[in-house]
Amino acid sequence: MKLKGTLMKRSNWAIPYALFLVLFVVLPLLLIGVYAFRTNTGSFTLVNFTKFVQQTETLNTFIYSIGIALITTCLCILIGYPAAYILSNSELTRGRTLVMLFILPMWINILMRSLATVALFDFMHLQLGEGALIFGLVYDFLPFMIYPIYNTIQKIDKSYIEAAQDLGATRTQVFTKVIFPLSVPGIVSGIMMVFLPTISTFAISEILTLNNKRLFGSIIQDNMMMSDTMNYGAALSLIMLIIIAITTVLSSSDSEELNEGGLI
Amino acid sequence: MTVPADEKDYIIEVDHVSKSFGDKQVLDDISLFVRKGEFVTILGPSGCGKTTLLRLLAGFTQVSEGSIRLQGQDITAIPPYRRPMNTVFQRYALFPHLNVYENIAFGLKLKDTSSEEIDKQVRRVLKIVGMTDYEERAVDSLSGGQQQRVAIARAIVNRPQVLLLDEPLAALDLKMRKDMQLELKQMHKELGITFIYVTHDQEEALTMSDTIVVMNKGRIQQIGKPTDIYNEPVNPFVADFIGDSNILNGIMKQDRLVQFMYHDFECVDEGFQPDEHVDVVIRPEDIYIMPRNNSAMLNGTVQSCIFKGVHYEMTVITDHGYELLIQDYNQFEVGQEVSLIIKPSDIHVMRKELNSNRIDGTMADATHVEMLGGTFECLPTPGIEAGQDVTVTVQFPKVDLMDYTDEGAASGTVSFILYKGNHYHLTITTDSGEDIYADTQDVWDDGDIVGIRILPEDMTIQAR
Repeated sequence: MKLKGTLMKRSNWAIPYALFLVLFVVLPLLLIGVYAFRTNTGSFTLVNFTKFVQQTETLNTFIYSIGIALITTCLCILIGYPAAYILSNSELTRGRTLVMLFILPMWINILMRSLATVALFDFMHLQLGEGALIFGLVYDFLPFMIYPIYNTIQKIDKSYIEAAQDLGATRTQVFTKVIFPLSVPGIVSGIMMVFLPTISTFAISEILTLNNKRLFGSIIQDNMMMSDTMNYGAALSLIMLIIIAITTVLSSSDSEELNEGGLI
Repeated sequence: MTVPADEKDYIIEVDHVSKSFGDKQVLDDISLFVRKGEFVTILGPSGCGKTTLLRLLAGFTQVSEGSIRLQGQDITAIPPYRRPMNTVFQRYALFPHLNVYENIAFGLKLKDTSSEEIDKQVRRVLKIVGMTDYEERAVDSLSGGQQQRVAIARAIVNRPQVLLLDEPLAALDLKMRKDMQLELKQMHKELGITFIYVTHDQEEALTMSDTIVVMNKGRIQQIGKPTDIYNEPVNPFVADFIGDSNILNGIMKQDRLVQFMYHDFECVDEGFQPDEHVDVVIRPEDIYIMPRNNSAMLNGTVQSCIFKGVHYEMTVITDHGYELLIQDYNQFEVGQEVSLIIKPSDIHVMRKELNSNRIDGTMADATHVEMLGGTFECLPTPGIEAGQDVTVTVQFPKVDLMDYTDEGAASGTVSFILYKGNHYHLTITTDSGEDIYADTQDVWDDGDIVGIRILPEDMTIQAR
């Protein structure tokens, strides 16, 4: 009887999930925080952070990573927005098929796709490096930009477009004054899906630049792999987490007024 | 409708316009002329094509046939953004990313109006719609009624020649709707703009309009002043749709004498054939009801009595079995025996479009005729051979309706129900798209799917 009562209460169903979250999300985060402020021997220190600011190589990589992420995101918007707009305008069934085609690569492992990109560059006798890296990142993350934008444009009430035409807006004006402003939440959502994962990526950059160009993710990984620099790695992770948190808060407060983003 | 003598009076001319979506014809040969400054209401049940007509005027959809002129100029192919008309949408369609001020200024900004002028105009229309001080508000923070006002302001700020309103009050509650009706009427007077107003609410149409256009099934049924439409409906559909009414079958004995409910009534209608079958309309408020006495025309018994605020609404069964709807200030008890009087001027006689079904068909063989999308058994008719095109005549009461479609030779959907005092007159739209009519005592609902059966002896077959 007692067991049944416990099972019946719906709030109790959340317990396994709460346990999971504590074990695999909250605890690791706390550990990163603790490790970041400790030396190898275990005493409290801020040296890991001062090292980040002083060590120009890490700082440069950090800035370089943000630069690469910015370029990738911009390219994704430039290529993805028109694609999403065209898709949302075409006939229902055809539009769906095209969206599926764009999203199809997402089902293939990201490492496989990067290796395929390497093979493609080899085949076309192109040099791997920065260009290949950006190409690979755009290729990998483009669906994450298209989908939220497509979703938002798709949801725009057709009567807004008619109202704008009725008030004298030409096709171009309908786009610039109504459709584009109303699709901004989708763009914000897309940026979050592209920009943040790009900063922390490491495997893709290693494969596509033959380990010549290193992103912030690679540096964290290097430090984390060795036990004597693990605390430093934890500090770097923490810095990245804080940046991600700041961007998320900024963009979500922005899109809240406009509501109904795409995926987030 | 007759072609106007002086076309200069008309701001909008809809000239033989038809519109189809795929196979489905939504508008069938619509002609409509609107005077400058007129308040025209397009009235009809849902699906009658009224919104499509408005969208054609606004330019959101293109006509299949015919043309539309604005002040004598053909605008059939002109895109919506170049038409000097503005629309108030049913769901308002206010831009969610703009505030009240920006929404209203939208049209003016597109025309490169100076910001001082925009400011002046926005304040002017906000005053007209009674929304001063709401400039900076977000549109989704407004109530339905306020959004409606902003939508009207956004349209009239552009000083359109014609304002199109698509059921603008449908989403408001009753009290708000009544207030807005009066305000809209007032605005129409002050602005001097031509209003074309679409609604399914007949009371709204009667209250507000200069002219009402009644539509059904993609066709215009009647165009006229509210009083004309109410007092002189041209057919049972209009009589039934506008206000409450008693519609009965009658026979025109001679000029100014009509027989219905087994009684000869004096009336004011002339020009019918002797013994022509007609429809008679009597409004419930035009039947005088009094305690039973010997001098009255009709006797009956009160079957129900409901208090409606101003008056009582009663149903009375006459001694001959007709059910009449009566409105009176005096209350009569259920079961009370009463007498009724109808004045000659309150009897409205309408010509019947049809006295019986005339169905086009083809003989399959000597004893079978193909019509209404099915094959019906019939009696052999001398001189009529297989393969011949024929017209089959069937009296309304001889069309049998079946619960299940496989019980009939053809099937259809009940599309219009008219109560005629002692029976129902139903319109059935067959699956082949034709309309046939059936008189029955059975109760059917609008939209019921029925089988159609006609006995062989009830058909009269003629060569076509």
